[in-house]
Amino acid sequence: MLDAYRLMVLARATDERCLSLQRQGRIGFYAPLMGQEAAQVGASRALSPADWIFPAYRELAVALARGVSLRAIFDQLLGNADDLIKGRQMPNHFGFRDVNFVVASSPIGTQITQAVGAAMAAQRRKDSIVTISFFGDGATSSNDFHAGLNFAGVYQCPTIFFCQNNQWAISLPRERQTHSATLAEKANAYGIPGVVVDGNDLNAVYGAVSEARARALSGKGPTMIEAEVYRFGPHSTSDDPKRYRTDAEVSEARERDPIGRLKDFLIAKGLWSEESDRKQSEEVRALVARTFEAAEKASPLDPRSIFDDVFARLSPRLEEERAEYDALVRTGVLKP
Amino acid sequence: MTEMNLVQAINRTLHDVMRSDPNVLVLGEDVGVNGGVFRATDGLYKEFGADRVIDTPLSETGIIGAAIGMALYGLKPIAEIQFLDFIYPAFDQIVSELAKFRYRSGGQYPAHVVIRTPYGGGIKGGLYHSQSTEAYFCHTAGLKVVVPSTPADARGLLLSAVDDEDPVLFLEPKRIYRSLTGEVPDGDARIPFGRARVAREGSDVSLFAYGAMLPVALEAAEKLAPDGISAEVVDLRSLVPLDEKAVIDSVEKTGRAVIVHEAARFCGFGAELAALLSEKALYSLKAPIVRVTGFDTPFPYALENVYLPNADRIAHAARNTVRAS
Repeated sequence: MLDAYRLMVLARATDERCLSLQRQGRIGFYAPLMGQEAAQVGASRALSPADWIFPAYRELAVALARGVSLRAIFDQLLGNADDLIKGRQMPNHFGFRDVNFVVASSPIGTQITQAVGAAMAAQRRKDSIVTISFFGDGATSSNDFHAGLNFAGVYQCPTIFFCQNNQWAISLPRERQTHSATLAEKANAYGIPGVVVDGNDLNAVYGAVSEARARALSGKGPTMIEAEVYRFGPHSTSDDPKRYRTDAEVSEARERDPIGRLKDFLIAKGLWSEESDRKQSEEVRALVARTFEAAEKASPLDPRSIFDDVFARLSPRLEEERAEYDALVRTGVLKP
Repeated sequence: MTEMNLVQAINRTLHDVMRSDPNVLVLGEDVGVNGGVFRATDGLYKEFGADRVIDTPLSETGIIGAAIGMALYGLKPIAEIQFLDFIYPAFDQIVSELAKFRYRSGGQYPAHVVIRTPYGGGIKGGLYHSQSTEAYFCHTAGLKVVVPSTPADARGLLLSAVDDEDPVLFLEPKRIYRSLTGEVPDGDARIPFGRARVAREGSDVSLFAYGAMLPVALEAAEKLAPDGISAEVVDLRSLVPLDEKAVIDSVEKTGRAVIVHEAARFCGFGAELAALLSEKALYSLKAPIVRVTGFDTPFPYALENVYLPNADRIAHAARNTVRAS
């Protein structure tokens, strides 16, 4: 549990640092997860490394819990030459094939049907794994949410729908996203159990996901889990939440901060102390700062790589466009 | 070689690829027990079972989203969308997800899905069973788009599509599913993408067509022959990648280009061909390029014969280009 706590603290420190880096213009954009650390780490801890994760773009702590290095995270945020996705996407759209962390996209909910398809594939191959999609409260209004739950119900495939209900889809509050009393109850319409869990409680989330995973592996089909959390930060660095919610509401939610809650629990159990917390906090902050500075020194992307990975092989047309680009550089029209 | 029609060629090829590769599976609406509304998947369910021939709920985004997940996991899904007209609930999955997976993951996650879908008019299908909207998809980087016009090409292109590493939209000209037959090779008769076919040699004017417009263009060429006009008919077969060389070579020979498609003219695929010729073959042109296409209206029901290009319209356009110089 100390390990999980450290991951949560690391995710929070990374978040805080990135918000400041974005203000300094050192990264272009950032979508913080603060408030969702227990939900993400708790869910990740219940999974096996062979399970497939279909994240949205707010799943930093899931990536860290999967063992992705902080450096790889920063390389993506910077879009430098070491970025595994080669600078193709905005910050936070991570993808790490070596840990079965499928690359995220911006459209909302599209990963949900994909996670179901991967589970159908695993089911056909008789692989003992589950797939899990991460999405927010807003995604429960998307086409793919309904299609995905419906397919999973029909095929009884081994997948988990993990909804982090952080109460806000940019400016739209949860109660205006749907008239349903809970998001999880939507699963019932598809013949799937829907569970609501306190997303600020690491152990509760771990328990719910473990149970869903066991159900899926025993052939009893999918589960939807709604983890109730609160998005402490803005939707992204491009968002000003003061336009739609009060500071008082945020302060009130922060009283249920999952990190403070776990810390209190660990101290009460005699596993942790204020002193060790201070030390860890310093150590983590230094690690974040040091790692980012190293990532900043990495080489920039090769501009010619823009033409790669559109297709498995460079098409004649793209070959021609690349030659066109090369000529523009050669003749000084464009700077490399 | 076996004589068969286009839908039989597709059906036969689906059987073959499913027999030879256990990773191949088929999913879509009514594709299983019913064998597909056009019977393209007839018999597959009986031979391969519900695990590999999957009747899906009525949701195109579900079909393509699930197919993507299967492909990421290592299977080779062939998804059927019942009519191209119904593909739009899956448009997001196709253009935002499928087409971009390889690119957006830096090559980590290729997603090879083949989407088969009947397209085009001439079957009294009205607005929503007739459209020819290939241009939407050709415009999206990362997708390949192919259109057979003969049973042999249907087999050859489908074999290549299943064998490819990139997502492929395989458009089936439903109007000629059964109206013509041809000799189809029995074995591996893959036709590589990006190779057009000269369906008829000629020297005075090039007619460019694909899919169900191909027999119409050939009919037009017949009508032109008595006037002493020798028309070459080029079947593009593959829109993305496009065989640019074949298009340019033909116009360098004839000096005249008539582009034919069912789709509406404005921003249709013909616009790309016309741009290509003006960029790379302008000095070979003896007359302005002409497009013979569907009108810029929705696809009408009762007046579909007014909408669709026919041999007379094509021949008329070709005569005009010959007279122009």
